[in-house]
Amino acid sequence: MANFETVEVTTDLLIIGGGMSACGTAVEAAYWAKKHNLKVTLVDKAAVDRSGAVAMGLSAINQYVDLRSGKNTIKDYVDYVRNDLMGITREDLVANIARHVDSTVHLFEKWGLPIWKDAEGNYVHEGRWQLMINGESYKVVVAEAAKNALGMENIIERVFVVEPLMDGDKISGAVGFSVRENKFYVFKAKAVYIGAGGAVHVFKPRSSGEGLGRAWYPPWNSGSSAYFTMKAGAEMTCQEVRFIPVRFKDAYGPVGAWFLLFKSRAISAAGGEYMALRKDELEKWLPYGKVKPIPANLRNWLGMLDTMEGLGPTYMKTEEAIQKIAEDLKDDPKEYKRKMKELEAEAWEDFLDMTISQAILWASTDVFPEKEPSEIAAAEPYFIGSHSGASGAWVSGPKDLAPKEYFWGYANMCTVKGLFAAGDASGASSHKFSSGSHAEGRIAGKSAIEYIVKENPTHKYDQAAIDALKAKILKPLDIFEQYSKETTDPNINPNYIRPKMFMFRLQKIMDEYAGGVSAQFKTNKFLLEKGMQLLSFLKEDSVKLAAADLHELMRVWENVHRMWQAEAHVRTILFREETRWPGYYFRADTPTINNEKWEKFVNLTYDVKADKWNMFTRDILHIF
Amino acid sequence: MPSYVIQEKCDGCKALDKTACQHICPNDLMVLNKDAMKAFNLEPEMCWECYNCVKICPNQAIEVRGYADFVPLGAQVTPMRSSDSIMWTIKFRGGELKRFKFPIRTTAEGSAVPNGAFNEGAGDISAAELFTEPASTGLAELAAPGRTGWQ
Repeated sequence: MANFETVEVTTDLLIIGGGMSACGTAVEAAYWAKKHNLKVTLVDKAAVDRSGAVAMGLSAINQYVDLRSGKNTIKDYVDYVRNDLMGITREDLVANIARHVDSTVHLFEKWGLPIWKDAEGNYVHEGRWQLMINGESYKVVVAEAAKNALGMENIIERVFVVEPLMDGDKISGAVGFSVRENKFYVFKAKAVYIGAGGAVHVFKPRSSGEGLGRAWYPPWNSGSSAYFTMKAGAEMTCQEVRFIPVRFKDAYGPVGAWFLLFKSRAISAAGGEYMALRKDELEKWLPYGKVKPIPANLRNWLGMLDTMEGLGPTYMKTEEAIQKIAEDLKDDPKEYKRKMKELEAEAWEDFLDMTISQAILWASTDVFPEKEPSEIAAAEPYFIGSHSGASGAWVSGPKDLAPKEYFWGYANMCTVKGLFAAGDASGASSHKFSSGSHAEGRIAGKSAIEYIVKENPTHKYDQAAIDALKAKILKPLDIFEQYSKETTDPNINPNYIRPKMFMFRLQKIMDEYAGGVSAQFKTNKFLLEKGMQLLSFLKEDSVKLAAADLHELMRVWENVHRMWQAEAHVRTILFREETRWPGYYFRADTPTINNEKWEKFVNLTYDVKADKWNMFTRDILHIF
Repeated sequence: MPSYVIQEKCDGCKALDKTACQHICPNDLMVLNKDAMKAFNLEPEMCWECYNCVKICPNQAIEVRGYADFVPLGAQVTPMRSSDSIMWTIKFRGGELKRFKFPIRTTAEGSAVPNGAFNEGAGDISAAELFTEPASTGLAELAAPGRTGWQ
């Protein structure tokens, strides 16, 4: 076996991940831990300043309920989320996040995030729930508060956590390795928080050359949260509810400012304004086809129908939106000039804050948005519980809001004792975005400390099991070492598969059988069953993954994590015999929504000992 | 590429305790070639073009060339990040130049205090209120059934 020193870290609460939710967990848990004399340790595979989905920055905060203004209520937000997800939502979780998110946004502002203000000093809204920010350093500022709360001595960067450690039905820690030096890490903890992001690159991306990395969501989100919770035996929910964003084509620049702030229309070139022309289609998806705003997946669906009929390209009418704004000021040349300059800066900042590639693409194709429209397109599917998808762990609601069926002692605790999840790691609580993920991370952080204080769990550790995990995790290095010299090109060797090709194999299966871009997001029972067969070959071959170095070893385990996310997804689409989110995926053999039978959660567990998947439904219980 | 290192400008951060681009890349792509003391992007097709290496490089040795499989050549987007603002220069394929300057934070670097100067709250581990609540919510009490803001 590769010669790696074992580093043991003993703590009370282990936080895995360093993104928005984990920074929320850190800042909150640090406060309660200090009161109760407990230790909190955070481990991140990257550098906390620029890790997670907000590493580049963001141009808007997408969840701010603004309760203090009296304009909105918690129920308003819950209604919005439930409708957008076609009824499949945990109202207790969404309400809990919504009542804490304003606090989180107010803290962001105090920490130094520039939030746009109008002349009266009120926040500038992009839409009803969205605030405009100068967000280039959003993550830096949020990370700074987390670092100041925890102290850098309690933060371990560049360590990739692979597997959970279990003591019977309780979590007892985690294991992983440094991507910088030959060290294997064993974390022993009383409670564990997982906030390791959603999953990208499970499906084949539209760009598969150098632009492979230009996914809408970052390529370093590799399904590690889903893998960790599944392998701990935690119940998972909404594994079928992937998200497909419609964004500016190829570079995936944000469209929110154009749709919401500038009131731009989308059309297909040969078909016209599909949202108006195809409005009758919405009748097929009742009651959600009739709600306002129209659910994201149904907006996607109407555009996809045009694409499938060959009516593209699809355009965002940027020039029309700008001309309309200019029209109102045509008699005031000075104000007109000022407004145009302001709009131009706003439009470009939208890209530069969060998708710089889109600025490069516009500049390289000489696009001037005031003169010509820009193409938009549906991206490949992603797993992202924080946005308009819903996949993640099934977690307890808060005791003062949750129906008894949704409550098992501690808010945001998984069905495994001592394991907490939030952000992309927790499911059925969509539309939390960056701010709500931070707020939910705070909820989980306090709750995890409460669990430790009240339960004071003690764990037994099985050294033989830890040694076996170490051998398994490092094995890809051994395989490469053993076989790579047998051929003149280490990439082509019958004894192993390298993680990049393994990822391409996964992506091809998912793309063609599970409704990816090439399949125009369509699938059926037979395609899914064939896909499952191919996935089972892939799973068998995963023990032959090889890694030349630490970086590639990380890629090995990232792709194993992706494969498990893929399997959970395919099994769940197969189980739900209806089409509920046609703009996310369309099951051609069950092409309609069936509210009577399927307005339910589909949940699953993976039984590690028996190597068995259990699929079942859970009722949707309302609190409003 | 997408991010690439200019041979002449990179000094491997030899005067610093760590290689800046290698420290910051969220996807572990930037590597220091210790023999040449030059950094490089190990896996350009896994690059998100997040520009964190570009922004952090003390020698302005890192730039980005758009993804070659769909971006025409000739454009350049260049940031200059200071402690409170960022200046962007956008060069178009056709030669046009645009410049924008945006604020990035309103406080001094390193100064974020976890409680944001809000009252820290009652400190009850069993209660629904989080650290700094209800003060930081902007309401007198946390929203809950029967209270302000619930429905």
